[in-house]
Amino acid sequence: MRHALTELFSGLRRNASMNLAVLVTMWVSLTLFGLGVLVTQQVDLIKGRWYDRIEINVFLCTPATQGENCTPGQGTTDAERTAIRAALNGNPEVADVYYQSQEEVFAEFKQTYADSPVLASMKAEDMQDLFRIKLTNPEEYQKVVAETSMMPGVQNVQDLRQFLDPLFEWLNWGRWLAIGASGLLLLAAALQIGNTIRMAVFTRRREIGIMRLVGASNTYIMLPFLLESLIVALGGAALACATLAAIQQFAIVEKAKPALQGFTWVGWDHVGIAVVWLVAVAIALSMIPTLVATRRFLKV
Amino acid sequence: MITFTDVTKTYPGQKRPALSGVSATIEDGEFVFLVGPSGSGKSTFLRLVLRETRATSGQVVVDGRDLGRMRGWRIPKLRRGIGTVFQDFRLLPGKTVHENVAFALQVIGRPGRDIRRTVPATLEMVGLADKADRLPEELSGGEQQRAALARAVVNAPRILLADEPTGNLDPSTSVGIMKLLDQINKDGTTVLMATHDSTVVDQMRRRVIELSNGELIRDQAQGVYGYQ
Repeated sequence: MRHALTELFSGLRRNASMNLAVLVTMWVSLTLFGLGVLVTQQVDLIKGRWYDRIEINVFLCTPATQGENCTPGQGTTDAERTAIRAALNGNPEVADVYYQSQEEVFAEFKQTYADSPVLASMKAEDMQDLFRIKLTNPEEYQKVVAETSMMPGVQNVQDLRQFLDPLFEWLNWGRWLAIGASGLLLLAAALQIGNTIRMAVFTRRREIGIMRLVGASNTYIMLPFLLESLIVALGGAALACATLAAIQQFAIVEKAKPALQGFTWVGWDHVGIAVVWLVAVAIALSMIPTLVATRRFLKV
Repeated sequence: MITFTDVTKTYPGQKRPALSGVSATIEDGEFVFLVGPSGSGKSTFLRLVLRETRATSGQVVVDGRDLGRMRGWRIPKLRRGIGTVFQDFRLLPGKTVHENVAFALQVIGRPGRDIRRTVPATLEMVGLADKADRLPEELSGGEQQRAALARAVVNAPRILLADEPTGNLDPSTSVGIMKLLDQINKDGTTVLMATHDSTVVDQMRRRVIELSNGELIRDQAQGVYGYQ
């Protein structure tokens, strides 16, 4: 073990400039990769648990809401609610209907606004209950929207996809751009690692020759090289994690969250997931080229 | 200790085999010269014993182990039982004599306590006790080969392979190295030495295996370099 550590430090010093190049490439590429993972999670958060299952939200009246089909000062009555449900169930364009009561809506609301002062002034009765609808053919939403919005007790009908899809398109572009660029950079980093190790093995070929001759195991011979790549990659990963944390703190927690309340933003737990992915990629990307580079030299 | 049975080795991309149908048995404790001109197959013979390469056909058995069927991860263990010296010494230039010899034990994971005990004794045996702290470049050719021999035997191998160990040395220095090899052999190590130094072979009068164009053409107890 002491041998491995001594060799490790002399290796890190000997290939300082190459290792620095790998470190920086790793840093930038893993940061982009982490951002890609965060954007993916952001998209999932906005979609919530309803987006992939429903197309249309039908909001009902409360005493406080205003709308053509609402009676002022009075919410949707049970009779109206039953009529709306029957009409939706009877509509051949409607595949599924989910009803969310005020309590259920309030529960979701509390999650979204968990750290907002708005929460304190709200109660379940302030929430609008709603029907969430899945269509047999999502393209045919207009007819259902038109029919449903005429019914008494319906405050508003919202076509979810029309509202969210342009946003998702942008987010998707951003995600693929980040992941694509990070993919290219990670490829470059992997090749750099392979080259660095190949050079390191070459400069130490005498020692390695003797080690093989006297019967040192392959693990013993390769360990310093594996550790060298691993440490450089983990260094890059650590810098990338720090960068992601800085982005989360300064861009999202301090800027975006106060500016756009009511929008669910990625939190520290999501950053944690991105960090796990990023470290896993860093380890794989340092080990695989090192094993490939040393294998050829160690073949008996 | 070493048994070759009808061993043929053809390197990839070459038509003529480097070794062709060689059979020979070297017993435990023997001292054997492997002679023949350059390209006769001496080095291939040694490489096969070290399992640096595998026989194309035939069987190589070393210390009871069939090398053709040996798995890659077992090779280090095989080599721990074989010491090797070369014409060009192959000492590490940045390390002292002591460090060079100790290196062979360190890299197979021997504890420092063992190393501190074994290395000085081995240097004493090869006559380099007073030069333990010198760098290889500060030594004469004969001293460098002694250091290389110390490294080869420090782990008490059962077999010592020597590939032209006197090839770079003048005759009087060679005598010293041969005395050392003889001593190592008398202490129980099987010695297999490839050489085309006829003086050495003729003086020692040990078993001679002669190769020519990859074929074994002579296997003679107490032989000399050429035919008499």
